[in-house]
Amino acid sequence: MIQEEPNIQIPNNTENSVPDITIKGLYKSFGENNPILQGVNLTVKKGENLVILGKSGSGKSITIKCLVRLVEADKGEIFVFDTDINTLGNSQLNAIRARIGFLFQNSALYDSMTVRENLSFPLKRHSKQLTTDEVDAAITEVLESVGLADAIDKMPSELSGGMRKRIGLARTLILKPEIMLYDEPTTGLDTITSREISELILAIQKKNKTTSIIITHDMACAKLTGDRIVILKDGVIDAEGTYEELEKSSDEWVRSFFI
Amino acid sequence: MVIYLKNIFTDAGNVTRFTARFFKEIIRPPFEIKEFIRQCYTIGYKSLPLVGITGFIMGLVMTIQTRPTLAQFGAESWLPGMVALSLIREITPVITALICAGKIASGIGAELGSMKVTEQIDAMEVSAINPYKYLVVTRILATTLMVPLLVIFADGIGILGGYIGINIHSDVNLYRYFSQVLASLAFLDIVPPTIKTFFFGFFIGLIGCYKGFNAANGTESVGKAANSAVVAASLAIFIIDMLAVQITDLFF
Repeated sequence: MIQEEPNIQIPNNTENSVPDITIKGLYKSFGENNPILQGVNLTVKKGENLVILGKSGSGKSITIKCLVRLVEADKGEIFVFDTDINTLGNSQLNAIRARIGFLFQNSALYDSMTVRENLSFPLKRHSKQLTTDEVDAAITEVLESVGLADAIDKMPSELSGGMRKRIGLARTLILKPEIMLYDEPTTGLDTITSREISELILAIQKKNKTTSIIITHDMACAKLTGDRIVILKDGVIDAEGTYEELEKSSDEWVRSFFI
Repeated sequence: MVIYLKNIFTDAGNVTRFTARFFKEIIRPPFEIKEFIRQCYTIGYKSLPLVGITGFIMGLVMTIQTRPTLAQFGAESWLPGMVALSLIREITPVITALICAGKIASGIGAELGSMKVTEQIDAMEVSAINPYKYLVVTRILATTLMVPLLVIFADGIGILGGYIGINIHSDVNLYRYFSQVLASLAFLDIVPPTIKTFFFGFFIGLIGCYKGFNAANGTESVGKAANSAVVAASLAIFIIDMLAVQITDLFF
C-alpha cells in the first residue's frame, strides 16, 4: 500500500539559538527482553560538537541511527532542523538526510567503486545539473581537504584504515552537510592517525560550521573535539557536561571513563 | 512446531513485501539505466563461457547417449529433431537456470550480503540514495532479461554439440542437420519454454537479492545468504518448471 506523504515544510535553521537536533523520550528495544534505549533526552545546538560516551552495547550507535531513521524508534520524538523525522514520508526524509553526513565505524566505502566513483556517486544523484568538470573539481577539493588528493583512482581495498576513514569523511563532506554524525571515527586506528582524524573533525566543524555528534571510546578524541559530553548508561543519559566537569565528577562510574 | 510455522509465514510475508516493492519501484523514476546495463554485462556477458560450455556438453552427450537406442529401431534420422526438441523444451532452460542459480543468485546474495554487513547499504540510505532501486531493481531486471538470452545461446550451442555428436559415428552435413532440426520445431516448442525462462530469471534475481538484502549482521551471514540463495533459487526453478509444464499442457 502506498502511503500518502504529509505536507510538511522543512525549515532552514539559521539562528544559533535554534537546536539542530532534539530527542525527546527515545525508546528502542530489540526483542521483548532487550531494551536498549529507555527514554533518551538530548539537545544539540547549531554548531555544537557533542560527544556521546558509554559502554559497548549502551545504545550510542542506535541513537544516531534513529536520527536518520536507519533504525526506527519504538517511541519518542526526534526533531532534526525543527522537523519531527518520524512523521516524514520518504522524499521528505531524504531531503533531511541529504543535509546530514554520517561517517560509519568501518567507513562503509563502496568496494566495487574507485575513490572517485565513491565520491561522485552521491554528488551526481543530488546535483544532477553539475557538469563532469564541476563534479571533478568538487571531488578534488574535498579530497584535498582530507589530504588524500593522490588517492583519487585507488580502490578501497588499496587504502589503509586511516585513509578509508578520510575518504569516508570526504564522501559525506562532498554533499556539504549541516549536521555530521560520527560513529566511532577513530576506532582501530593508531594514536597518531586517531589524532589526525580528531583534528580533521575539528577543522571541518570550524570551516563548515557543522553541528556534530561524535560517538567514541577514544578519550583523546572526546577531549579534542567535544564542546559537551554526555554519557549513556542503562538506556538513558546518565551524565552531561564538559570534559573537565565530567573528569572531576563525584560519580565514580563517570570518572572511570577518564582514567 | 508453532515457531517453525510462524517463521515460514513471516518469511512468506517478507518475500511478498519485497516483491511488491520491486513492482512499485520499477515504475518510479529515477531509473538506474547505467547500473542496469552494468548488471546485464556482469550477469549476461560474463556467464556466456560457462553457459556455452555446458550447453555444448549437453547437446553432445545427449546425442551420444540417445543414438544407440534410436539405432536399434532404425530411427537414427530422428536424432537431430529429437535432440533439438529435448534441449529447447526442457533440458537447456532448466540446466542453464540451475547454473545461473549457482553462479548468479549466489553472487548477488554474497555481494549484497557483504554490502549489508559492512554498512554500505546503510551508507547509501543515509546519503538519500534508494538502495533498493539501485541494487535490487537493476539486478532483478538484469537477470529477468539475461537468463532467457543465455538459454537461447545455450540452445544454439547445444544443437551445435548435437551435430558434432552425430558426426562421431556418421557423416551428416551441417545444412542437412539444421534442416532436420528446424523441420522438427513448431511454435509451441519454442515460445512456452522461452516464456518460462523469464520467470526463472526473475526468481533467480529476486531470491539472490532478498537473501543478500536481508542478511543479518556478521560475516557468517554472507556465506549463509549465498548458500540459501542457491538452494531456494534451485528449488524455485523446479517448481516453476513443473507449473509451466502443467499450464502449457492445459492450454496447448
